[in-house]
Amino acid sequence: MTSELIAGDAAADDRPAVIPAESVIRRDAIGRAAEAVVIPLGALIVSLLLFGVFVAFAGINPLDLYSAMVLGSFGSWFSVQNTLTLASPLVLTALCTALPAQAGLMVIGGEGAFVIGGLAAIAVGLPLSTAAPPALVQLGMAIAGMAAGGAWIAFAGALRHWRGVNETISTLLLTYIGIAVLNHMVEGVMRDPASLNKPATHALPNADMIGNIPGMDVHMGLIYGLIFCVIAYILFFHTTFGFAARMVGGNPRAARLAGLAVGRIVMIVTTLAGAAGGLAGMVEVAAVQGRASATLAAGYGYTGILVAFIARQNPLAVIPVAILFGGINASGGLLQRRLDLPDASVLVLQGIIFVVILASETLFGRFKIFRPKEN
Amino acid sequence: MSQSIGALSDHLPLPSEGALAVETYGIGKRFGDLIALANASVKIAAGSVHALLGENGAGKSTLVKCIMGYYRPDDGSVMVDGHEVAITTPRHAHALGLGMVYQHFTLVPHMTVLENMVMARADVPPVINWREERKRFDEFLATMPFTVPLDAPVSTLAAGEKQKAEILKQLYLKSRFLILDEPTSVLTPNEADEILGMIRDMAHAGRITVLIITHKFREVMAFADEVSVLRRGKLVGGGAVAGLTPDAMARMMVGDQEIRGMDGRKASAAGAVCLEMRNLEVDDDEGYKAVDGVSLAVRAGEIVGIAGVSGNGQSELVQVLGGQREATAGEMRVHGEPYHARRSEMLRHKVSMLPEEPLRNACVGRMSVADNMAFRRFDQPPYASGPWLHHGAFRRAARELIARYRVKTSSPDAPIATLSGGNVQRAVLARELSGDVDVLVAANPVFGLDFAAVADIHAQIMAARNRGAAVLLVSEDLDELLELADRIVVIFNGKLVYEAPTHQADLTEIGRRMAGH
Repeated sequence: MTSELIAGDAAADDRPAVIPAESVIRRDAIGRAAEAVVIPLGALIVSLLLFGVFVAFAGINPLDLYSAMVLGSFGSWFSVQNTLTLASPLVLTALCTALPAQAGLMVIGGEGAFVIGGLAAIAVGLPLSTAAPPALVQLGMAIAGMAAGGAWIAFAGALRHWRGVNETISTLLLTYIGIAVLNHMVEGVMRDPASLNKPATHALPNADMIGNIPGMDVHMGLIYGLIFCVIAYILFFHTTFGFAARMVGGNPRAARLAGLAVGRIVMIVTTLAGAAGGLAGMVEVAAVQGRASATLAAGYGYTGILVAFIARQNPLAVIPVAILFGGINASGGLLQRRLDLPDASVLVLQGIIFVVILASETLFGRFKIFRPKEN
Repeated sequence: MSQSIGALSDHLPLPSEGALAVETYGIGKRFGDLIALANASVKIAAGSVHALLGENGAGKSTLVKCIMGYYRPDDGSVMVDGHEVAITTPRHAHALGLGMVYQHFTLVPHMTVLENMVMARADVPPVINWREERKRFDEFLATMPFTVPLDAPVSTLAAGEKQKAEILKQLYLKSRFLILDEPTSVLTPNEADEILGMIRDMAHAGRITVLIITHKFREVMAFADEVSVLRRGKLVGGGAVAGLTPDAMARMMVGDQEIRGMDGRKASAAGAVCLEMRNLEVDDDEGYKAVDGVSLAVRAGEIVGIAGVSGNGQSELVQVLGGQREATAGEMRVHGEPYHARRSEMLRHKVSMLPEEPLRNACVGRMSVADNMAFRRFDQPPYASGPWLHHGAFRRAARELIARYRVKTSSPDAPIATLSGGNVQRAVLARELSGDVDVLVAANPVFGLDFAAVADIHAQIMAARNRGAAVLLVSEDLDELLELADRIVVIFNGKLVYEAPTHQADLTEIGRRMAGH
């Protein structure tokens, strides 16, 4: 460098005014909301296109596929009811993953809470049914299912907080234990001797079963799920407890710095999550199967994980996503009959959606259209 | 060096020894809309020590990364010894004899110095002949003005020795143009002087050329020959250091930006003891004792500064005070009552915390600026009544704090992780200092921030003291402590080893205690 002095740049400092204008704030909020809807929707469309490519290799016209899927899921009153019925357990099992995720825990043991909840519900429901009116039987079963499921997942939460055990692993392994307990009970002390080649418990009397939503062929369990979602949403986004839980979820160090009792919050959230999974199991027993058997472990808990992720762990968003997945599952039968695709091909679609949605997470903040110009 | 590198030197007629001259000509670099660097021309003469000054975000690292081949400049060119070269990769830069010592150490801690040196070679053979390697390195060391213990694991070395080892590594790799990125930020003042002195002597002997990135004027004045000042991606001044004063350089760095002045230190008799630690002992993550029997009392209206080289228990001490870690023995008291950093106690005693790395320690990155600003009081009116949140109150309070503390954000609803470091720190400051404060614990509160932010934050801390808060300030920057603290203590190996009122403090003594003598 030459030794003469270069004069300092005299340009006035253009540090912008720091108070963002009202209009900017509003555009910012709209942009954020639009982004949260457009990106998952785009991912969904990409997934359907990929699935179309997949079936094209099986020699099927993707357009036939899409029309069959629409028909099978939402094409008639019958298929809509079928979709809603299949969505009902997913609403609750998705909460079993979504609620802990708000508090920073990755719980994938909804299946375990589901079977344990169902087992506890029938264990309480059968003796109650001889003594109490149906409403009380159902209440008792719901409380038992939620308590058992809640304790199941809370146990993983306690292991995590006080023993540093990874909750993802522990809930996964607890699911195996839960299914084993279920099989042990229905093949042992709780077995109905009349169930010969398919061991099951005694059946709940028809009068004590959860009925349908008036005017629909969809059981009331769907309403339980919707209520649980709304309450969870209010709890997490409109109460001080939910705020604290989201602080713990976003950064436990910051939560501790604010003096929050992290352990207590983790226990409450995991209990709630397990209760949702347990309630789903109770509904499956008390509204669909009428008894507990090995078929309780049908994978609703696992599909719930997908639903929670696609809903970006938001309890309200869980509702439409669960219905979407209910629709995908409902269309499986029609794909088999119409297009001769294996029933399980909808699982391929579910897998594609899951991967594409996870990948699309990286797109948030990348599109300028969602961001107002800073002025 | 490997064959590909030999080939490179073939078509570049560079001398294979001695200092390299490097010149950038009109370098420009854009990232999207952001102009990181525009038309930057810097000429670094062979055998000189050149300082690169600038605030955070002024473009210093962008310029250096263009030289080192991490970025391809959009405009302009780099010339090495008068030849224009397109440096495409860091490997290419090394082959040309350009080397960089990073701010944070890049040696493998549990390997020995010799192992680290051999590993860094571009052409490590599949079977290493250690006797041969040692002989080669010994021969190399004999030509160097300083040495390091070869067989000690790097983790056992003091910070100054690690820094020397990093520099030796670059010289061993035959770097003839050396970039040092804030080389003294982890050193005691004595270590810094020693290392910079040796580097300067090597440069003046014509063996290397040195480019130092720094913000410490003292080091520029004492060790650099020439200086270039960047502001907002532009070269705004520079020249021979002999013709410049620190004031002139500061003006170039900051421009006409208004810097908030600091209230003077209000003279007052120190009040009652507010914050007290008694024989506090704390373990680190590995279960080793990091804080070893610290007893310290901070009175209302005074700032007590804890000096020390990083890693001597400061972080653990601050974490215990902030409730992020449990003490294993001893007790804390605030206003004479036992204190466990619970939320109710923090609220009752008006305790505020400014931890280091605020985004990591004090914020939830994906939550909004407004939410983050409410962490202390979200369960109190007006933010909440009973269990119910009032989102409107969050936003109103945030808007007021954003204006008062000059936080630059697109919206109170933006996730706080989208803000720059200085603005995150201002947001935390707004949260922690906007209410009444009786006790304030601050740890490296201005680390990595620009001039204006530093002045702001120092002024806020001093103002809190003048309002009667008891302030515990933990810092690795001695100048910061000398400026702010009423009393200075030194921590070494988890123990307090020195204490003096700041106006009687002996700088040499503090430096020696920090180094454990």
